[in-house]
Amino acid sequence: MEILQIVGIGVIATLLLIVVKQHKPEISIQLSIAAGVVIFLLMLGRISSIIQILEELSRRAKIDNLYLTTILKIVGISYIGEFGAQICRDAGEGAVGAKVEFAAKILVLVVALPIIAALLETIIRLLP
Amino acid sequence: MGVDLIFKIAGIGIITAVLHSILKEFGKEEMAHLITLAGVAVCLLMVIGLLADLFERIRVIFQLH
Repeated sequence: MEILQIVGIGVIATLLLIVVKQHKPEISIQLSIAAGVVIFLLMLGRISSIIQILEELSRRAKIDNLYLTTILKIVGISYIGEFGAQICRDAGEGAVGAKVEFAAKILVLVVALPIIAALLETIIRLLP
Repeated sequence: MGVDLIFKIAGIGIITAVLHSILKEFGKEEMAHLITLAGVAVCLLMVIGLLADLFERIRVIFQLH
C-alpha cells in the first residue's frame, strides 16, 4: 500500500512545517520543497511504467512517434512549471509564480507548434 | 531515501530557532542572524541536490532536451 506511505509523508511534513514555520519561515519553504520532491520521486517509477505502456500502444497503433514525444514533453514542461509556480506562491511571491506559469505556457506552445502546423497543412490539402 | 531529508530539515529549523532565541537572550543579535543564515545555507545545499535529482529524472522520463 504505497498510498499509506505517501499520506504518512504528507501528514508528517505538514506537522513539521507548522512547527518550523512559526520561528523560521525561510526554512519551512525548503521543507515544503523537499516534501513535494520526495512524493514526486516516489511516484516517478509508476509514471515511467505508464509511459512505457503508452509507447507500446502507440507503436502497435502505428502512430508517429513524434506525437507521443510531443505530448510527453508538454506534460513534463507543465508539471515542472506548476511545481515551481506553486513553490513561489507558497512563499508569498505570487507575481513571480505567475511569471513562471506564463513561461511554461509559452514553452508548451512552442513545443506544440509543429503539430498545429501539420494539422493546418492537412486541412489546407483537404480543401479543393 | 529522501524521507530522512524532511526530518533533517525540520531538525535544522528547530535547532536554529532555539539557538536564535538563546543568542538573542545573551544580546548577540548578529550571531543569531549568522546562525539563521548558516541553517538556511545547509538546508539549501540538501534541497538543491534533491531538486537536481528530480529535474534529471524528469528530463529522462519525459524526454525533454
